[in-house]
Amino acid sequence: MRSLIFRTSSVFLLPALLVFSVVVLFRGHNEPGGGFVGGLLAASAFSLYALAYSVEEARRLLPLSLTTILGLGLAIALLSGAPAMLMGDAWFTGVWPQGLPAFGEVKFGTVTLFDIGVYLVVLAVTLIMILSLAEDAE
Amino acid sequence: MLIATLLIFGAALVGPVVHRLLGRFAAPVLALAPLAGFIYFLREAKRIFEGGSVFENWNWAPELGVMLGFRLDGLALLFALLVTGVGVLVVVYAGAYLKGHVHLGRFYSYLLGFMGSMLGLVLTDNVIALFVFWELTSITSYLLIGFDHQRKAARDSALQALLVTGIGGLALLAGLVLLGVLGMQASLDDPWSVSGLIEGLAGGAIDRDSGLVHGAVVLILLGALTKSAIFPFHFWLPGAMEAPTPVSAYLHSSTMVKAGIFLIARFQQGFSGMALWDTTLVVLGGITMVGTVFLASRQTYYKKLLAYSTTSSLGAMAMLLGLGANAAVGAMGYLFAHAMFKGALFLVAGNVDHGAHEKDTEKVGGLAGKMPLTFAAALLAAASMAGVAPMLGFAAKKLMKYGLHGSEWETILVVGVTAFSVMTAMVACMVGVLPFIGKLKGSAGEAHEVSPGLLFGPLVLAVLGVVAGVMPGWFAAPLIASAASSVAGAEKSVSIGLGSLMKADLSMALTVGAIVAGVVLFVVRALWRRATSPVEWLDVVGPARMYTRSVSGTLWLAWWQTRILQNGYLRHYVWTILGTTIALVGYGLYRSGIERIPLPIDQPFYFEIALVMFIMAGAIGASTIRTRLAVVSVLGIVGFAIAAVYVIFGAFDVAMTQFAIETLIVIILVLVVYHLPRFRSFSTPISRWMDVLLALGFGAMMTVLALLAADVTLSGPISDYFAENAAPVAYGRNVVNVILVDFRATDTFGEIVVLALAALGVMTLLRLRASNPNGGTEGDGGKGEGA
Repeated sequence: MRSLIFRTSSVFLLPALLVFSVVVLFRGHNEPGGGFVGGLLAASAFSLYALAYSVEEARRLLPLSLTTILGLGLAIALLSGAPAMLMGDAWFTGVWPQGLPAFGEVKFGTVTLFDIGVYLVVLAVTLIMILSLAEDAE
Repeated sequence: MLIATLLIFGAALVGPVVHRLLGRFAAPVLALAPLAGFIYFLREAKRIFEGGSVFENWNWAPELGVMLGFRLDGLALLFALLVTGVGVLVVVYAGAYLKGHVHLGRFYSYLLGFMGSMLGLVLTDNVIALFVFWELTSITSYLLIGFDHQRKAARDSALQALLVTGIGGLALLAGLVLLGVLGMQASLDDPWSVSGLIEGLAGGAIDRDSGLVHGAVVLILLGALTKSAIFPFHFWLPGAMEAPTPVSAYLHSSTMVKAGIFLIARFQQGFSGMALWDTTLVVLGGITMVGTVFLASRQTYYKKLLAYSTTSSLGAMAMLLGLGANAAVGAMGYLFAHAMFKGALFLVAGNVDHGAHEKDTEKVGGLAGKMPLTFAAALLAAASMAGVAPMLGFAAKKLMKYGLHGSEWETILVVGVTAFSVMTAMVACMVGVLPFIGKLKGSAGEAHEVSPGLLFGPLVLAVLGVVAGVMPGWFAAPLIASAASSVAGAEKSVSIGLGSLMKADLSMALTVGAIVAGVVLFVVRALWRRATSPVEWLDVVGPARMYTRSVSGTLWLAWWQTRILQNGYLRHYVWTILGTTIALVGYGLYRSGIERIPLPIDQPFYFEIALVMFIMAGAIGASTIRTRLAVVSVLGIVGFAIAAVYVIFGAFDVAMTQFAIETLIVIILVLVVYHLPRFRSFSTPISRWMDVLLALGFGAMMTVLALLAADVTLSGPISDYFAENAAPVAYGRNVVNVILVDFRATDTFGEIVVLALAALGVMTLLRLRASNPNGGTEGDGGKGEGA
């Protein structure tokens, strides 16, 4: 699998796929997409790189360890429910603060935070499974 | 009252920290919390003695009309004073008894945690809170019995106590909920308040003849009798003696085991007069009273003696409560006296263990000179236990006998109580006198008096027993009277002045006679033990044996069904899951009485047909092709074709996800295949045909389900609501995503937690494999199918 074409293309595919996954994440509220698919896309980007080079190389690209990302994602998703409760609503009720900058149609609210949490968890879960298996194979 | 309870729980939380900061001064500081509670209850006592009661209501879930009510009446006051008062003494004692123990801080936590739970239990007026506190006492008791967790005996006894009281706790919950439902049907103001339910039962709002009330009685009694170690559940209490001595004194004699008695007393007004309630209590209580004191008379170990005689006393209280309102004074009087003398004697047992390092009463003697103050406490407490005037125990025994008057079982009960008194007197001699008199024996030579911290508790309790007997009007009589009044639901007066009790009647003769006979039995105890040795066969068939059998039976059952259902072969797992699903769904379809399976009428488009062909070809290919990578690829065809189906029906989100997942699955399968052996034929033709049958069956079931589902219209599908509200309420046009992250965010959160745990599981398993290259465990399956 370590063909030159595969290696070279994965270097370009990785950033492109990552940007794409973030776009999918944020546009998810209005168009098809969302944290789940976004997370899967980002995970496939890293898996591609890991297959082309090595698991170690792929891990080096990640700023944090996968388990940290996993915990971070869960924490973000859980805490995104807190503002609603402080305002007297049920946990996880969407809060959309006024006056935050919007990118076109994309608005920001606690729901967006929740989706970011989902994105991180899915990314980490998929990569943990794939990279551990791949490490074993190497 | 909530504050008093929370204060003690707070002390439990900071216990270890206080212990670390203050060292040996931690005990007196921590004892301040129960002391504050004790003082608070004393200040309220006057109002209670005058017949009042204190109510306290806190909003819990006001939207649902649920209040957290507390109620202090005579019964609650008696218990609250015992819990906090004995609590202070025991915390101080524990600090000295476990001095230098590594986990002393933790011990304070458990002990105070128990104290808070027990206090909440006796004060709360809400049935659910009652259950929660009830279970908390079981759990803290488990932790305390198993405190010395490195010994197997301690762990086993803790588990036994937890299982027995836990099963009772579940029965109690069911009984309380049943009562609450009955209360709702009778439209009581607050069907979840204890006092409301009892009023409803006593006043006739709830029909006591109904079968459901009888069911509730059985369940509540099951809870109470297991907790208070009444026959046939008496066996866990002697086992619980594995706990450190302060725990035995506090939980397993003065307070926790009396929770069952408390519950019975609490519901007395509601259920008294029902034959089921009264008879059960009198019969089981009576058997326990006589039977376990007899078992006690054959013991020699200090704490076992005390434990068996405690169950016997609990039996006596249960029996008295079964006799109805007349005996309430006797029950409460004996309860109060027992808490003090038995608590004191347990602490004395701890002192003897500490000072002379001996747990067997027969192997030590002549300690009176070495440990004079401990001896004084022991003697006073034992005198009260035996019923010697002028101790409180004497008055209590008399009150007990008055309670028997007018009962239809009077004759046999008088005989039973007399036998109980005789053997109790004998046991009292063994625990209060035997280790202290005679020649120096055993390790008594090096014995020494114990530290003040260890003497404070037993002396206070023993002296209080005397004071209460000599000056009953000061606190004992009103306390017992107001408790009995709230049990019986009518004003009760108590006259336990010595003058009024000292009458030369039959009851007096029996009391004196019992003490004399008890002392005689004590003297000839060796003969007695030999004469009664035939009862040892009881060990073989008794309830304790049943307990052991049922525990090992449960373990065997678990082992057996695991061997069958989870034997480590993936194909068996798949068989079990699919087979069970087919059977259950098939049965459901059969029972639902559907006569006709609706067939779709629309003509399919050609590309739909093409996709279906792809999927079928992929499935057939996957089951026949013999190269591993090829199988992975054709499975991919199936997945992508399904994604295409989603696109046709407009579910772009689902399709996108499916595409991404298919891609990743191919990667994962390739990586997994690396580990798998080449395909080989291990299965017999018959088993392969069985597999075909299973696959066809499952496919058929899913087809039928899908066809039926298309035809079913549920009342107002919720999808309409989601579709209409996604944009205006949740600011999103993608309904699927809005459902996931907003409307059903809690579901999604649950799902990502599951995902996270699965990932951690995969990681751990693969790491385990990596560190154990032989690939593992029995359940791996890789070995069995390996090349």
